[in-house]
Amino acid sequence: MPQAPVSPAPLGEPNPVAIGSFLAFIAVTLGITWWAARRTKTTEHFYAAGRSVSAGRNGLALAGDYMSAGSFLGIAGLVATSGFDGLIFSTGYLVGWPVLLFLVAEPLRNLGTYTFADVVALRLRQAPVRMAAAASTLATVLLYLIAQMVGAGGLIRLLFGLSYEQAVVLVGAAMIAYVLFGGMIATTWVQIVKAVLLLTGAAILALLVLARFGMSPTALFAAAAARHGDAVLEPGRLVANPWNAVSLGMALMFGTAGLPHILMRFYTVPDARAARTSVAYATGLIGLFYLLTFVLGFGAMVLVGPEAVRAADPGGNMAAPLLAQFLGGRTFLGFIAAVAFATILAVVAGLTLSGAATLSHDLWVNVVRGGRAAPTEELRVARAATIGLGLAAVLLGIAFKGQNVAFMVSLAFAIAASANFPALVLAIFWRRASTAGIVAGMLAGTGAALLLIYLSPTIQVDLLRRGSAWFPLTNPALVSIPLAFAVGISVSLLTAEPKAIERHAALERRRHFGAAPG
Amino acid sequence: MTDPDARLDDLARARGRIVGALTGLMLLQYFGFIGLIAFHRELLAVRVVPGLSLGILLGASVIVISWILTVVYVRWANRRYDAELARLRRHAGQP
Repeated sequence: MPQAPVSPAPLGEPNPVAIGSFLAFIAVTLGITWWAARRTKTTEHFYAAGRSVSAGRNGLALAGDYMSAGSFLGIAGLVATSGFDGLIFSTGYLVGWPVLLFLVAEPLRNLGTYTFADVVALRLRQAPVRMAAAASTLATVLLYLIAQMVGAGGLIRLLFGLSYEQAVVLVGAAMIAYVLFGGMIATTWVQIVKAVLLLTGAAILALLVLARFGMSPTALFAAAAARHGDAVLEPGRLVANPWNAVSLGMALMFGTAGLPHILMRFYTVPDARAARTSVAYATGLIGLFYLLTFVLGFGAMVLVGPEAVRAADPGGNMAAPLLAQFLGGRTFLGFIAAVAFATILAVVAGLTLSGAATLSHDLWVNVVRGGRAAPTEELRVARAATIGLGLAAVLLGIAFKGQNVAFMVSLAFAIAASANFPALVLAIFWRRASTAGIVAGMLAGTGAALLLIYLSPTIQVDLLRRGSAWFPLTNPALVSIPLAFAVGISVSLLTAEPKAIERHAALERRRHFGAAPG
Repeated sequence: MTDPDARLDDLARARGRIVGALTGLMLLQYFGFIGLIAFHRELLAVRVVPGLSLGILLGASVIVISWILTVVYVRWANRRYDAELARLRRHAGQP
């Protein structure tokens, strides 16, 4: 068995292959953006790529939107340093997809136009529902954006030797360019290029690992157990409190079905059948990717070693790059570094577009202008919102420099799971859902998620260094999801809305047939 | 030919049963796995073959079972659900 000869020295030095691959990615994606900009003339192009994306391409783009650097670098690092516990995330990040397919994807495509709030507000009073949905969307998008920006700054500093601030500004500028000029058409193609690069990179890396163990994953796991103890193949200290595991599982499963930038992608395909097929493709690709993380994580544990991984970055994020360097030298390290950068850029572009859509379509057009705004005005506001969100992401990224922001992604999932998912399910499937009930449920879900995270050990003990925390779980979903459903249902029952009940029959027809007369 | 509204109701109920059952199976398999991690961790430490703990095997099967349930739904929807919707659409197109 090879002893780990890795020195982390080349990390942080300018690597010609990394810079070359990265410049090639930027050149290709800006070329795509230039091409897409000439096709982006209406709001339907800007938000939904003209509804002409094929199921296969949308499947790839969904995978690109979803597989963040957090899952590529973070999970590989978690497995490399704590073994089996990291795999809880690998499975958790996939299981939301079938739920999204069964309950949300097709009704969303048939009932809405640009944002998930279209569907929630369909038979209810527009302004209150749109405002609540915009609040939870913006909370989800901003938290997710901060986490990606801070991750990007640190990562690029380690991989390319740029300063943190330069890296954040670079990511912000590229993402604004994609979304502002190319809208959903450019964003979709950036996701597709990124998904292909990430899956190819992860697959090559996994094959190189397995080649050292006779192509046998069990031989790899056995080597990990032989070197680092049997415990690495078993549940460990990460889930010391059993209810933590359950709560985290709920956030991952139902949060996926409530992420605004994922939901928005279902409007880019021509019909419900394409929406369905695209989720099936995405589920296949994403599942494959997370199975690969099993091999990457244990590969890094055996070939690089948990100590070297922690030495390069205490958060463990350098496990996959170090593994690439060990197996393929600086050339392969450079390629994987560029893939990681492309991954971050694509995810922030998708997030920014969904934030801009809620600001313009939900808040400006449907609340401020009461649904009476010219499409050119809506497009102008969406572009202004893109610039605003991009600048906010850069400033927040710099403001949170050096902070531990890993919890922000789980908080984003918790809000999506507690506010957006219950609102969608109740508004689509429950006849008696009322405006007051849906709004109260969304506010209760968002509020409970934020409050319980603040009172959790993540903030109180890890960040504020207090002795104990009032709320014992690190993830609020176990409480906040049932609470959101309970509030949504009981307030709806107390505030019966005859008009909304009356309109449900029409919604039922449209849920199956789509907006076209059927 | 029966009333198209009644046939749409039947189709909606059939879809409801299928997605209800499949969602239930998803919840069962995933929270079963999470429940074992949370409350029966010693069971997951059992070795199936050298190098392969039951925990890793079940973790990988969660992903594989998710794929299978996805394929089951998509095949049903593409063959039965879409075909019946197309029939109902044609029917509605005639006065």
